[in-house]
Amino acid sequence: MTKISRRKWIKGGLAVTAGAAGIAVAAKVADSAGLIPPDAGMRFGAGETLTYATQRLLTRHSMAREFSQADISKHPFANPVDPLGPEFERLLAGDFAEWRLKVDGMVEHPSTFTLAELRGFPASSHTTMIGCEEGWTYIAEWTGVPLSFILDRVGTQPGVRYVVYRSIQPDWWESIDMDDALHPQTLIAHRMNGDTLPVPFGGPLRLRLPRQLGYKSVKYLNSLTLTDNVKQFGKGLGSAEPEVGYSWYAGI
Amino acid sequence: MSTSLPIAGGGTGAASFAVPAPAEQKRHHGLVRMTHWLTVIAFCALLVSGGEIVLSHPRFYWGKTGNVNTRPWLNLHLPSSRSSVPTGYGYVLPDQNGWSRYLHFEAAWLLAGTGVLYGLWGILTGHFRRAVVPDPRDLSPKSLTASIVRHTRFVRPSADEAWSYNVLQRLAYLAVIFVLFPLMVWSGLAMSFAFTSAFPLTASLLGGHQTARSLHFLTTILLVGFLAVHVGMVVLSGFRSRTRAMITGHAEKPQQEES
Repeated sequence: MTKISRRKWIKGGLAVTAGAAGIAVAAKVADSAGLIPPDAGMRFGAGETLTYATQRLLTRHSMAREFSQADISKHPFANPVDPLGPEFERLLAGDFAEWRLKVDGMVEHPSTFTLAELRGFPASSHTTMIGCEEGWTYIAEWTGVPLSFILDRVGTQPGVRYVVYRSIQPDWWESIDMDDALHPQTLIAHRMNGDTLPVPFGGPLRLRLPRQLGYKSVKYLNSLTLTDNVKQFGKGLGSAEPEVGYSWYAGI
Repeated sequence: MSTSLPIAGGGTGAASFAVPAPAEQKRHHGLVRMTHWLTVIAFCALLVSGGEIVLSHPRFYWGKTGNVNTRPWLNLHLPSSRSSVPTGYGYVLPDQNGWSRYLHFEAAWLLAGTGVLYGLWGILTGHFRRAVVPDPRDLSPKSLTASIVRHTRFVRPSADEAWSYNVLQRLAYLAVIFVLFPLMVWSGLAMSFAFTSAFPLTASLLGGHQTARSLHFLTTILLVGFLAVHVGMVVLSGFRSRTRAMITGHAEKPQQEES
């Protein structure tokens, strides 16, 4: 009896060890394949990882649905934001002539762009739907510089994995992986429906990411940081959203 | 039978004393029982978290777009967790969307995995054909009417009905398994901006993002309706014995009434 149970214990122990080692190896492989989100260690990390990994495998290069001019919403909704502060008011008073977009981190040429420079770069447009995590939507035409153009211009260092981006809103920051950063529809938008991007919709600059929910399309964009380790920012969860309980990946 | 009701899979490895019941006494297969309770867990989590998500915008629209600047076809007139929604209430509920969305999608994975397992098993073993698809003879208007009348009179099911599903049950289960749950998954995926970028027909075939959201909500109501009738029927036909059958797999024989 004891012999059998001991053998069972050894067998079981070996199985558990092999299983744990297998999971560890699988996690390592999945991480190097870019299938583990930065908030995977949180309470709902298992579901979140399944969602992100599946979406990455299915949608790595897919294009967000585009709509016709006739579909453009006549009554888009500008989700209210907290007061933007005296610095924003000062820049607004100067017609954003002094607005800057700073690009640093793992780049060959850390740079600062003025609004005029960004407006002068080759622009791209798409008529896409923006949806809030609350459930409402509208469709608009967005025009701006593809983020990939800016990344190309500043030169990315090898090994870069994420682009961290920030708003003039205090403590408001986000990040995306390079699949999203280099995606042709990811724009630094400065126009909406043919006009200058209005302030309630994020003007003067908004990062427009049509394959994810609206909260990833950060308004009042003023800096980008390229990194190979997004965990060194904030609380190490990838963006400000998981710190207040929302998922980092917002493709669903 | 000699021994007390055997508890299937109850012992911790010491299964030797359990007398295996004859096959015909088995009411529910182990896989049916496991997937049933996993579905219960996932469904409860989805219902609670889904309700919380609705509270952040308790208005529904048809078509592609809809927001507080457009007319909803359905306004639930509930208080909202967002001050931007005009509800008429003088207060705003606490924001519960973060964990609700995390939980909703985690539970959706559990439900989808359970559904795939159950669906494949049901098709491969012929379970659906045998236990769920109604006998064509039971579908005649006369036979259907008789069954409906029996239900409306709350006639207790006969002994042999405890061993099989009647025609109304079969139709209800068919609709839930093959129409409502698939529609729930479909309309849910149709609201994913990333998923519809790869599979645009998911959203456009339903008529757009907001129609998908409305269908997701309406299907929820039908599923909750099914749940209410399902639990009501279980209570009417013997809550203890029916629930025990779904846990242990064995239906209670009338003479084995336990105190």
